[in-house]
Amino acid sequence: MTVTLISGSYIFAGLCFILALAGLSKHETSKRGNIFGMVGMALALIFTILGTVLATTGAVIPAAPSWAIIAILCAMVIGAGVGVTLAVRVEMTGMPQLIALLHSFVGLTAVLVGWNAYYEPLAPGQSMGLHHGELFVGVFIGAVTFTGSIIAYLKLSEKMTSKPLMLPKHNIINLAAVVVIIGLTVWFVIDPHLWQLIAVTVVSLLLGLHLVAAIGGGDMPVVVSMLNSYSGWAAAAAGFTLNNDLLIITGALVGSSGAYLSYIMCKGMNRSFISVIAGGFGSDGAVTGEVKDYGEHRETTAPEVAEMLKNASSVIITPGYGMAVAQAQSAVADLTSKLRAQGVEVRFGIHPVAGRLPGHMNVLLAEAKVPYDIVLEMDEINDDMPNTDVVLVIGANDTVNPAAMDDPTSPIAGMPVLHVWEAGTVIVFKRSMNTGYAGVQNPLFFKENSMMLFGDAKVRVEDIIRAL
Amino acid sequence: MRIGIPMESAPAETRVAATPKTVAQLIKLGYEVVIEEGAGSKASYPDAEYVEQGAQIVGRAVAWAADIVCKINPPIEAEIDAMSEGATLVAMIAAPRSPELLHDLSEHGLTVMAMDSVPRISRAQSMDVLSSMANIGGYRAVVEAAHEFGSFFTGQVTAAGKVPPARVFVSGAGVAGLAAIGTAHALGAIVSATDIRPEVAEQVESMGASYVGVKVEEQQVSTDGYAKEASAAYAQAAELMYAEQAKVSDIIITTALIPGKPAPRLLTEEMVASMRPGSVIVDMAAGSGGNVAGSVADKLVVTANGVKIIGYTDLASRLPTQASQLYGTNVVNLMKLVTPEKDGVLVLDMNDVVQRGMTVVSEGEITWPPPPVAVSAVPQQQAAPVAPVAKETKKRNPALTWIGLGICALALLAMFWVSPEGLLGHFMVFMLSVVIGYYVIGNVSHSLHTPLMSVTNAISGIIVVGALLGLQSVAGLGGGTAILVAVMSIIGILLASINIFGGFTVTQRMLAMFRKA
Repeated sequence: MTVTLISGSYIFAGLCFILALAGLSKHETSKRGNIFGMVGMALALIFTILGTVLATTGAVIPAAPSWAIIAILCAMVIGAGVGVTLAVRVEMTGMPQLIALLHSFVGLTAVLVGWNAYYEPLAPGQSMGLHHGELFVGVFIGAVTFTGSIIAYLKLSEKMTSKPLMLPKHNIINLAAVVVIIGLTVWFVIDPHLWQLIAVTVVSLLLGLHLVAAIGGGDMPVVVSMLNSYSGWAAAAAGFTLNNDLLIITGALVGSSGAYLSYIMCKGMNRSFISVIAGGFGSDGAVTGEVKDYGEHRETTAPEVAEMLKNASSVIITPGYGMAVAQAQSAVADLTSKLRAQGVEVRFGIHPVAGRLPGHMNVLLAEAKVPYDIVLEMDEINDDMPNTDVVLVIGANDTVNPAAMDDPTSPIAGMPVLHVWEAGTVIVFKRSMNTGYAGVQNPLFFKENSMMLFGDAKVRVEDIIRAL
Repeated sequence: MRIGIPMESAPAETRVAATPKTVAQLIKLGYEVVIEEGAGSKASYPDAEYVEQGAQIVGRAVAWAADIVCKINPPIEAEIDAMSEGATLVAMIAAPRSPELLHDLSEHGLTVMAMDSVPRISRAQSMDVLSSMANIGGYRAVVEAAHEFGSFFTGQVTAAGKVPPARVFVSGAGVAGLAAIGTAHALGAIVSATDIRPEVAEQVESMGASYVGVKVEEQQVSTDGYAKEASAAYAQAAELMYAEQAKVSDIIITTALIPGKPAPRLLTEEMVASMRPGSVIVDMAAGSGGNVAGSVADKLVVTANGVKIIGYTDLASRLPTQASQLYGTNVVNLMKLVTPEKDGVLVLDMNDVVQRGMTVVSEGEITWPPPPVAVSAVPQQQAAPVAPVAKETKKRNPALTWIGLGICALALLAMFWVSPEGLLGHFMVFMLSVVIGYYVIGNVSHSLHTPLMSVTNAISGIIVVGALLGLQSVAGLGGGTAILVAVMSIIGILLASINIFGGFTVTQRMLAMFRKA
């Protein structure tokens, strides 16, 4: 083994990762992209493990003791077993939680790597101060990612209330934590002690906890994407600490692509990108008391809806998180294929932030085998709304709220929404008249051409299929 | 209820109010449909095709005796007499211009829905026959002009010499005007157009024509979707513009109509005389007085200087198959609106502005004109003051941005100056990777957001390399520290492995689900 061979393999791995991300941008190349990712990872793993356990010419550090290979393989086999089991067992509706949980592992690993670096001997020519500074950055980002992801996981899996935690002066708390961390880093660079490392870890863990706890469940898609970006930056920081270019390349790739993805989503929700990166952006979501009288809503029944669908020539379905909660995607897919077989044009209109994860709805619909060329984006389908006979709003609320356009005082004012109310008839599937995640009343429910179909979305859709 | 489709009695009329396709839709709404023998023959819809879709072919009297009679032109007296008491008539009535007809209809106790009185609101677009017929008329106007015009529309350079392109000028950018612009442009002509409403300039340009405005300090903002009569100052400026256009144009198509009033005179005799011999004018308003001096309804007139003025009023009827299909679909959309239960029972809701606007006679009572309906213009005015504020906050001072960037660059440069050499190499790698990461997902398809996130998540498991290196360093350590580092490294490897294997598997699973129909 030589150092140059290992570095060479890292170049290939880096290229593979770039091709993986590029491949995932298009449907046609997406599977190839994933394979590139696996190949890159395999290359990096094999050569790193070989470099670790074999005597390497040109390496600074001697090879690991002989038991190391067994330890590595055991750890990896167990990890792989757990990972694959999780991945195979997960329901598509539970995808956001799983991804949040996986992020937390990267965060925790980054913290451990940072701690290791504290104990490891320096490479010759490496500056002690710089090494310690980089190490602190890595631990900081890793710890924030770790606890932040755990909270996101708990909120998404509804093991914890999704309401934003409102501590008094929460912005000051965040700022103070950052100041403490910067102070400790400077001190550590000048005069390193173990207690400073412990302190910075604890403060960062608490900061991550508080940042995400302050964000309401409605903004979780952006949070998950943001944590994805953070986990990349953590890896990049570890790369600086360990003088490892592969970690830097990969971390920076993941970090910047994750940040850009968050930015795309922020645009979809009309939120400021800066305040998202800073965290706690859901904080001003406190809703003033709604006293406005919206009039009465009308109820309908499944057989009535079936009758309407039968006579329609064009139907648009706009799903939201409610469809995921009710696991209604297969029923919706059945309904779609039934109607299409009867010559009704059925399409889906997906709001960019529908669900709890970017593209959440697309994944669910794909799982239920809805062909993806009838699943359209908001901008593609909004102009067709007036020519549509029936729109089925299944578990969406804020993304179809006309108040975003008409009412400048509304908390969601200015957010682009699906103009479902322009269609002939709107059927809203809902559990009750409660408000959506943004906590805003929806005037759509009281429009003349909209009707409410109360109950569990899956049961109701199945009722409609039966009535067809 | 039974819907009757009689044959049109006007001699030049070739259209029919229902086609086999729309008959099927009417039957789906629960109606019984009877068609007068041969009603669709001029529009190339033989009786057999109607029967195939479930209609019955009947005699003239039976078709007229139906509960609902759908036709195109206003009925003549004998036809009104043939209708049964309390029946509903759906047709174009031209209500503002025919008070006697309305009187006759009301005396027979009928309910009359005028297809040409649909309010111009978005919801009612699907039943607006004026739009759908104007679309056909605009197309046909160009075809008629091309037929009479002695040259090519498109410019050509051939072995036999150069052919200049035809210059087409369209006046009035309503539906007919826009259709004419599109058709003439498609044939290769150079098209310009004007309209009294300057806000349609964008639509004119979108169809491929250049917009010619009238230079005057007056703007007409339309509140009901129709053009109105203009002031004297405007008229003068407009006249000048028309005079200029007449001199340079080979073909002029005028479409200016003002509802309920005679058509405005746009081209004077002098202007027509100033055109080159062989030029063609199509006056689409010839039926309501004409936009052009010397035009005669339903006739082709050739002036002394050889300019042909086409005054056909039956342009839509000259495309009977298509026109019948569009008219029929408009009728179906109306029936959908007035048949809320889809049970074949017509229910009029006079609180609905569309139904109220179209109903010119209700159970023997004249209900024309309806209360005015204002269209979209009002909310636009309200929105206007809000918009600029929002824009200002978004706008940034470009100078400040550049200064900020400069400061950032200087700060980075200072940092690099004091940092050790090894770091800079890493930093370069870092920066380049950041940029690549940004560009590589720049145009990610919306539906792939989740798989992309899970694959980046798997890739960020590369942190396992850090843990592996940690384990390697155990060799150089001793005692308790070695054990601590080894344990932390192994935990790290385990966690990162969950991430790597879980992430790739889940991505694979998701991607396998995407399929194309």
